[in-house]
Amino acid sequence: MPYRSGAHAFMQGARALLPLTPGVIPFGLVTGVMAIEMGLSPGMAMGMTILFYSGSAQMVALQLLHNGVLPVAIVVTALIINLRFIMYSASLAPHLHHLPRRWTWPLSYLLSDQSYALCTLKLSSGELGPFAHYFYAGTAVTMWLAWQVSVLAGVYLGASIPQDWSLSFAIPLSFLALLIPGLQSRASWCAAAVGGTLAVLAIKLPYNLGLVTASLGGVLAGLVVERLQASSNSASVEGAEGEAQ
Amino acid sequence: MSDLALWGLCLAAGLGTFAMRLSFVELYGRWRIPPLMRRALMYVPASVLAALVLPAVVYPTGQAEWVLNNPQVPAAMVAAWVAWRWRNTLLTLAVGMAALWGFKFLVA
Repeated sequence: MPYRSGAHAFMQGARALLPLTPGVIPFGLVTGVMAIEMGLSPGMAMGMTILFYSGSAQMVALQLLHNGVLPVAIVVTALIINLRFIMYSASLAPHLHHLPRRWTWPLSYLLSDQSYALCTLKLSSGELGPFAHYFYAGTAVTMWLAWQVSVLAGVYLGASIPQDWSLSFAIPLSFLALLIPGLQSRASWCAAAVGGTLAVLAIKLPYNLGLVTASLGGVLAGLVVERLQASSNSASVEGAEGEAQ
Repeated sequence: MSDLALWGLCLAAGLGTFAMRLSFVELYGRWRIPPLMRRALMYVPASVLAALVLPAVVYPTGQAEWVLNNPQVPAAMVAAWVAWRWRNTLLTLAVGMAALWGFKFLVA
């Protein structure tokens, strides 16, 4: 629905993100706890969290720091994990590029898996109206606050969270909750199946190339299925892939 | 590693990540997205999310090793069914965590 004002759209965006925070908070707590266990000072841990603003890249960097890997290799690995943001950026660009830099630079810094997943379909359908970027800002700012506060809590909680709660399982669960409802066509099902399977098989590839390889393989599978369906049944409306843009 | 090197590392990774997040938003118009890439982008979320989820479920230790009686696998299957049936994030998380604790209890 179109929103009455920027403030209205911002609040609706913030509200849309709130159900995702239970999946983010445990991950933030674990990241904060791990940073302290790796010997970082609380100030350094929070500086790292603000500069990275990327949980998976930060977790991997902490792991590699612990293993004594060269700083250059750590930076390269973190950036490889974050390559997906280029694809997110390309996907959001048509809806954000017309804004002035005082909007695009902060909104780009605030880009996350969660706010991307929430906004991409709503932005491309145009249902949000002229205040769409306020809605995106609402999701992005809420996500940033939830992340920073939960890492900070983890930094101060330290190692007092019981290991046998298995709270880290909430991370894949929250990605699962974003993934499944988005699988609307046979092509996107195949993209997910191939991407997931390749990631499991390619886990041993060096420099965390497994995630990138698997993602590209999944995208390729989606394109191939889309093409096959279009050529075998060009008159049919079934398998409504590719027409949402 | 010295504190200075650590700050340098964080700054480099942070600036690089920011550049990737900004890339197409800044370049839009000067560098159009090719039509094939635009179609490919539709499959990015499904592919990347699945590539993050599956290894995390199958390898609970984060290492490339199979774990027998891994309670995460049935718990994730229950959570996937809940996500498909009700499309509700909070419900998926609650049922998924409850299922994990339940299966851990059964395995132990």
